[in-house]
Amino acid sequence: MRITVTDQNGTEHKIDALEGWSVMEIIRDHDLNIKAECGGCLSCATCHVYVDKDWLGKLHPPRDDETDMLEAEAFAIEENSRLSCQILFTEELNGLKLTLAPGTEKDA
Amino acid sequence: MTKQDVIKTDAVIIGAGPVGLFAVFELGLLDIKAHLIDILDRPGGQCTELYPEKPIYDIPALPVVTGQELTDRLMEQITPFKPEFHFSQMADSLAKTEDGLWRVGTDDDTLLEAPVVIIAAGGGSFTPKKPPIKGIEEFENTSVFYAVRKMEQFRDKNILISGGGDSALDWTLNLQPIAQSVTLVHRRDEFRAAPDSVNKMRTLANDNKITLHIAEPVALNGANGQLESVRLRSKTSGEFDVVCDTMLPFYGLTMKLGPVANFGLNLHENLIPVDTEKFETNTPGIFAIGDINHYPGKLKLILSGFHEAALMAQQAFRYIHPDKKLRFQYTTSSSSLQEKLGVK
Repeated sequence: MRITVTDQNGTEHKIDALEGWSVMEIIRDHDLNIKAECGGCLSCATCHVYVDKDWLGKLHPPRDDETDMLEAEAFAIEENSRLSCQILFTEELNGLKLTLAPGTEKDA
Repeated sequence: MTKQDVIKTDAVIIGAGPVGLFAVFELGLLDIKAHLIDILDRPGGQCTELYPEKPIYDIPALPVVTGQELTDRLMEQITPFKPEFHFSQMADSLAKTEDGLWRVGTDDDTLLEAPVVIIAAGGGSFTPKKPPIKGIEEFENTSVFYAVRKMEQFRDKNILISGGGDSALDWTLNLQPIAQSVTLVHRRDEFRAAPDSVNKMRTLANDNKITLHIAEPVALNGANGQLESVRLRSKTSGEFDVVCDTMLPFYGLTMKLGPVANFGLNLHENLIPVDTEKFETNTPGIFAIGDINHYPGKLKLILSGFHEAALMAQQAFRYIHPDKKLRFQYTTSSSSLQEKLGVK
């Protein structure tokens, strides 16, 4: 199973995905440029992604605390903004496409 | 600026997170006195800044503990060793003195000298997140400020505050009485702040004492660092300009390695390589423990940092007390350790 991640420079990466991992963990495991500094405990917004519109409806909707964190600390929020640590990868998401949002880059 | 007198001590610890705090304990057992520097205004690092209320389940013998409770317990545990804290300061220089000591300086002009320095800086310094607005750098420190150090600086200003958390709300309330005008901008009409602050802010907005816009700042207008207006984009009313001379964005904190990168140490992807016997860097007398270090097999866990602190302290002892023999003792049975802990 795979997902397609477009990084902050517009480069597309097709990466293997494991069921039961969060999408943030999958992206991090492939050494893409994602800061994800709180490690998935919903205390920052540095794993912010835009989910491809075709896939948005297949995800479970965000919980209030995810929405709160996005509104408080993420930049350039769009309708399809999500925190990738809150998207659990399942078989149904095979082929998921998303883009890393600005502000998620690791320090240079 | 005048440099204060140099403080001499045994060990300087950069970072007062859980690992920096426990290092005080391990050093203290070996009669090594420590000073700690931290950019935050309180101990705990990520534990208290990122997840004070969230449970941690992998601290040995504590089945569940929150970030704040862990910090409080560590503070209690190290009390006998009387650590001295330098909060709200960033360690920004490291140099060797003529006497062979290490001198650490901070951005608040504190100077500390010690035979050893322990970098326990985790993910780096917590610094304000900057909104990705084109050209914002041009206005920083003249019209755009990410923190309020002196309120008086903002008297009679026309201030635009953006953000929806406690910092944004607190400064809206505190600056409103002395400012010419305050405009609060947040992306939605819900605030993630103390309910009391939100109520007070709503009252001020209803009384027209502040202006509240549900919008996002998208551009800054002005020249030579002097802000003249901020362009906002709202879902309902499109783009419009708000006249202001000062902007205070509050979007939370993020960790950056910061000046540690310029300390002359080896770096590996923003981490500091160390050996796994002494957790010492490539520079003798400079140690790195906790999330900031790197070695084969490294796990970024608090418990790994505790282990690293214990081994680091052994080598630190050899630098600080070169003429003394290192005696390995257990706190359970050693009366001299118990004396240090104040339990005997």
